[in-house]
Amino acid sequence: MAAQTETVRVTKPAPARATDTDQRHHRGKARWFVLAAAIVVAVLMMVPFVIMVLNAFKSPQDYSQNGPLSWPSTFYTDGLTAFWDRVNFPEKLMNSIWISATVAVFGTLLSLFSAYAIGVGRVKGRMWLVTLFLLANMLPQEVLVYPLFQMANKVGLNNNQWSVIIIFTVIQSAFGTYLLASVLGTFPKALLEAAALDGAGRWRTLWGVVFPVVRPTLSVLVIFFFIWTWNEFFIPLVMLTTNATQTIPVALASLQGDRMMDAPTTNAGALVSMIPAIIFFLLFQRTLTRGVTAGAVK
Amino acid sequence: MSTTVAERRTPRGRRSRQWLGYLPYLLPGLVAFTVVILIPFGMNVYYSLHKWKGGNAPMRWYGFGNYADLLHDEKFLTSFQNSIWMIVAMVVVPTLLGLILAAVLFDVLGKRFGPRTASVLRATYYLPQILPVAVAGVLWNWILNAQTGAINEVLRSLGVENPPNWLGDTTTALPTVMLVLIWIQIGYPVVIFMSALQRVDPELYEAAELDGAGWVHRFRAITIPQIKPETFVITLTCTVAALKVFGPIYVLTRGGPESSTLVPSYYSYLNFFDKSKVGYGAAIANVLTLLIILVAVAIMVLQARSARREEEGH
Repeated sequence: MAAQTETVRVTKPAPARATDTDQRHHRGKARWFVLAAAIVVAVLMMVPFVIMVLNAFKSPQDYSQNGPLSWPSTFYTDGLTAFWDRVNFPEKLMNSIWISATVAVFGTLLSLFSAYAIGVGRVKGRMWLVTLFLLANMLPQEVLVYPLFQMANKVGLNNNQWSVIIIFTVIQSAFGTYLLASVLGTFPKALLEAAALDGAGRWRTLWGVVFPVVRPTLSVLVIFFFIWTWNEFFIPLVMLTTNATQTIPVALASLQGDRMMDAPTTNAGALVSMIPAIIFFLLFQRTLTRGVTAGAVK
Repeated sequence: MSTTVAERRTPRGRRSRQWLGYLPYLLPGLVAFTVVILIPFGMNVYYSLHKWKGGNAPMRWYGFGNYADLLHDEKFLTSFQNSIWMIVAMVVVPTLLGLILAAVLFDVLGKRFGPRTASVLRATYYLPQILPVAVAGVLWNWILNAQTGAINEVLRSLGVENPPNWLGDTTTALPTVMLVLIWIQIGYPVVIFMSALQRVDPELYEAAELDGAGWVHRFRAITIPQIKPETFVITLTCTVAALKVFGPIYVLTRGGPESSTLVPSYYSYLNFFDKSKVGYGAAIANVLTLLIILVAVAIMVLQARSARREEEGH
């Protein structure tokens, strides 16, 4: 990153030519216009968040009297506590963290094993395998959900978080294998040969040579699997049928249409539910951006 | 002579069978994949050939009857029609807007106001992407609520007597859902396009500038061809997402009013868990899957062809 911006800075200011002055003068005004337009878009994106925060701390009376755009007349937190207690928020938070973290670890591990066999081991039929994994990641979950629901019931995993964990470990690792296999396909041969000369077997080569090199990619996968699983809605909605097992998104959505949910409580609920995602975003912003683009460039 | 041949043959022979040793590493993934994806997929196909209320109810063989019934089901046809609107809202509009925004952030704002301005704006655009869709849906559901929602409160205070029932009216529901989806989706192409632009050699632009090419000209002659791979990836992933969309529909409208926002995945869910028509729901899900695979393969083939043409051109 740093090296890149450096080169841009070095090459950029060089061609300053006299004939350009008129044009540049004109551009000086245009750039402010462009900045204003970009800020308008940013404001449009932020408005929902801002009015949500504004209304999370209003009393229902305040809201119905002064509308959604006024500053709260008092700092009202009953909406917040009402939501917190009604959904037992700490419990839902723990459920979400437990499911997402377990999937992130297991999914990454599974991706690493499969990708090691495909990318480094070059097993036969690997092209087909990668295509199969990629297609599996694209399947609509509706095509799997009823059989999985039946299977979970049969093995006694109904309303059990392990059913969700197992399903998403496999679905996420399908993408992880696809991504990681192409990374490991270009793994430096010299390193592998050196390990073989040292007498390292496949297991030791994986952990001693391959793992340290691909650790940055693996950490991107961990973070991605965590946040994707955190945001998942459909399968947890079907599989986790009681309050005690549900994740934050499912709990929040199932409160909808509840007559007791006045506007401030709704907003307080949405606010509390997005805070973990926002914290995560701030912590891993750079990794996330890197991950999004890693997935794109292959 | 003979020894060298023998020496040559053994390592080659060993190498060709070497991959067998890696099979144990593939096993966990393959077993899990079979249990969680292949078998359920097969079961879903089997279900779709039956009439079945689900659970312990008896299954009755129906052949391709469910699929034949789909052709006369107006709701089913509506749901796929709406998929086209989902593609407009999740692929066409965000990709075009995202391309403009990324080019502006990278080319104008990043260079004239510093990379920090550009990255703050980029993060702002990306924010809705990290929200769980259910949370975004609940938030928008309140904003758009006819009686107590923020938008109509504002409209009333401005003197509008009968503000529209955004999500509750058959004429406004679909466009309103589309706007929410655009809001959710826009950050993804912006982030990918911006990193694609970083990859483009700045000397290309400088050469073009020396030749007197204006911004629009450079954008068309350099930017668009250079970021083609990313454009394909965005088109592929977003089209698949648009065909699969479920969460926002579930939270915002549940397909209503009067099926005006119904999508295939929600219609399939409805048949599974609400109408107890499991075979029928399975058939809908299978048709959707087939469509997604066809679209994905078509986009991948186009991408490969375009990449090949580029290589030949060079």
